[in-house]
Amino acid sequence: MQHNRTLRVITAFLLLVAGIILFLILNVCIGTVSIPLKDILSSIRGQEVLNARILWDIRMPRTLAALILGGALALAGYLLQTFFHNPIAGPFVLGISSGAKMMVALFMVFLMGRSIKVTSFTMILAAFLGAMICMGFVLLMARRVNQMSMLVVSGVMISYICSAITEFVVTFAEDAEIVNLHNWSRGSFSGMNWNQVRVMLVVVFLTCICIFLLAKPLSAYQMGEGYAQNMGVNVRLLRIALVVLSSVLSACIVAFAGPISFVGIAVPHLVKQLLGTTKPILMIPACFLGGGVFCLFCDLLARMVLAPTELSISTVTAIFGVPVVLWVMVRRNKEKMDA
Amino acid sequence: MKDYFRTIKMAVGYNGKPLMEQIEIGLSKGEILTLIGPNGSGKSTILKSIAGQLALLGGTILLGSSHMEEMSLSQRAQTMVVLLTERLRTEMMTCEDVVATGRYPYTGRFGILSEKDREAVAEAMKLVHVEDLKEQDFIRISDGQRQRVMLARAICQEPEILILDEPTSYLDVKYKLEFLSVLQEMKRKKKLTVIMSLHEIELAEIISDQILCIRDHRVDRMGTPAEVLTKGYIAKLFDITAGSYEETTGNVELPLPQGDPEVFVMAGGGRGRAVYRKLQREGTPFATGILFRNDLDYPTAKALAGKVIATEAFEPVSKETLQEAKDILRNCKKLICCRKSFGSFEKENEELLNWAQENGIEVEFQDIREE
Repeated sequence: MQHNRTLRVITAFLLLVAGIILFLILNVCIGTVSIPLKDILSSIRGQEVLNARILWDIRMPRTLAALILGGALALAGYLLQTFFHNPIAGPFVLGISSGAKMMVALFMVFLMGRSIKVTSFTMILAAFLGAMICMGFVLLMARRVNQMSMLVVSGVMISYICSAITEFVVTFAEDAEIVNLHNWSRGSFSGMNWNQVRVMLVVVFLTCICIFLLAKPLSAYQMGEGYAQNMGVNVRLLRIALVVLSSVLSACIVAFAGPISFVGIAVPHLVKQLLGTTKPILMIPACFLGGGVFCLFCDLLARMVLAPTELSISTVTAIFGVPVVLWVMVRRNKEKMDA
Repeated sequence: MKDYFRTIKMAVGYNGKPLMEQIEIGLSKGEILTLIGPNGSGKSTILKSIAGQLALLGGTILLGSSHMEEMSLSQRAQTMVVLLTERLRTEMMTCEDVVATGRYPYTGRFGILSEKDREAVAEAMKLVHVEDLKEQDFIRISDGQRQRVMLARAICQEPEILILDEPTSYLDVKYKLEFLSVLQEMKRKKKLTVIMSLHEIELAEIISDQILCIRDHRVDRMGTPAEVLTKGYIAKLFDITAGSYEETTGNVELPLPQGDPEVFVMAGGGRGRAVYRKLQREGTPFATGILFRNDLDYPTAKALAGKVIATEAFEPVSKETLQEAKDILRNCKKLICCRKSFGSFEKENEELLNWAQENGIEVEFQDIREE
């Protein structure tokens, strides 16, 4: 049995890594202009190839961004689910993404209006601020309502308010800004450059390291606060860390790609089924890989289905994510009735 | 010398508001202390405070010579384990996984189990007799099994003190007894000190070395079961108004039917109790006699009969007692006789039966099971 479980975990990780490699290649190769794999390899070796600009300036950063941000999104969802002991929590449903989006929109309009250059870091900072504000609201609500469905409802309400404010700001913005804002606020991996990829890589990587170091206390926290404390975990500190880390991840995603729905909820559940365990030490890396695969896949569809028109990434993630969420809720209800 | 575990002037409560103050508890190593008292009296508050889940609002807790409040979280975790009433939330965890979480304070940065940890887990599961559940999903087992798995988890955390908040609440009688016997085994084998709250007074009485009674947010009594559970005390502690609790037998009874006795029950040797309770259910007031005060039926008779005619144990029945019985029987519609034969020291009961038959009182012989 012990042996079987180890085998299953190894297989799961191999599958995830294989998925990442497969989709990395597909996402770079396929497009309005298709680039053969052979060209990519030679280009990496430094040889001149056709479409090198498309490959290096558009496809590669976009693909890497989808991988990094997808992973971050799934991890943020996993952290929030653990934090609230709520299987349908995620940055999107709790309104954290919308909060981040609102702040970014405010910042963009404000800064662009004064023709100050918007850097990646200011974007992340603004998004982080928005994420924390909404997180604060959600936490306040969580103290008052202990039903998981109510928490999600309050998150959705918050996200409506934030969207309303965002819309309001956008209405008063200059034309040039609107185009920029509109594309981004629907959520998309398009238009990534290497500079942005570098920044997100650093932020996400550092955050992931921190999260991985929290794997042990997280495993205790999963069992409920009372038990965690009795196991010697400083629950207060851990909770603060969880809030900050998940907000950083959410902020980073929103700052670069806008709000992306359902990845945060769906991926951790799929990964859990794949692994057959909920041990954080395995879940954390697996969620990251799973999120990467999921977003690469969805981005590929978003680009390809109605090419050359692009779908917003949330359209695709919702189609694949929502059934998972529904399935989780139904199963959860069934378990409750059984117990 | 009760100086292994002590609370000195401990004050407990929520949000900085003291609910109880000046709590003094003293235990020797390997003792079992049980907290009893009505719901909401503050048992859980005391347990949570001792466990460190609520900050003390005054006083101190000493373990040997060290103050519990000054211990690090990890030190504390290795000293004291709590089994809470709140159900453990798990997902895709086998019972073995759950037990293994008890090793948490002993594992390294990433919580990976060593060979020694695995042995401790296996040993704990064996002690509590849950080896068979090893591979089963924790949420798929019964309440009784779950509670034992939780106990195994607590044991492999290797505590000196185990704190349990109403551990037997969800268990049926088989598992209640099994659970408590495992606790007793732990106490004997590992010198484990146990502090717990129980709802079942009769269980508290049999397992506890010390009982702490809490009423209206204060410690009412503390001592051995014999010292604490004196006659009539439980009714006072729990403010029982409907029915009764009998300390010597642990019997609970519903309120006695009101009114003048309509039926006279001739009981004795434990044969009358079933009849008493049947009459109580029907709401028929009754009298009973003539009983010796040490009879098995006597406590129930005291609780349920409108009138009990009794006499001192090992003494002959006096004329006056017999006459008293006749006087009462005269006003009853019926006599229910639960006896087949009468002993040589209670010929008066036989006389009473004959007297009833002569005086035209309806006599019903209860089906007497052979023992």
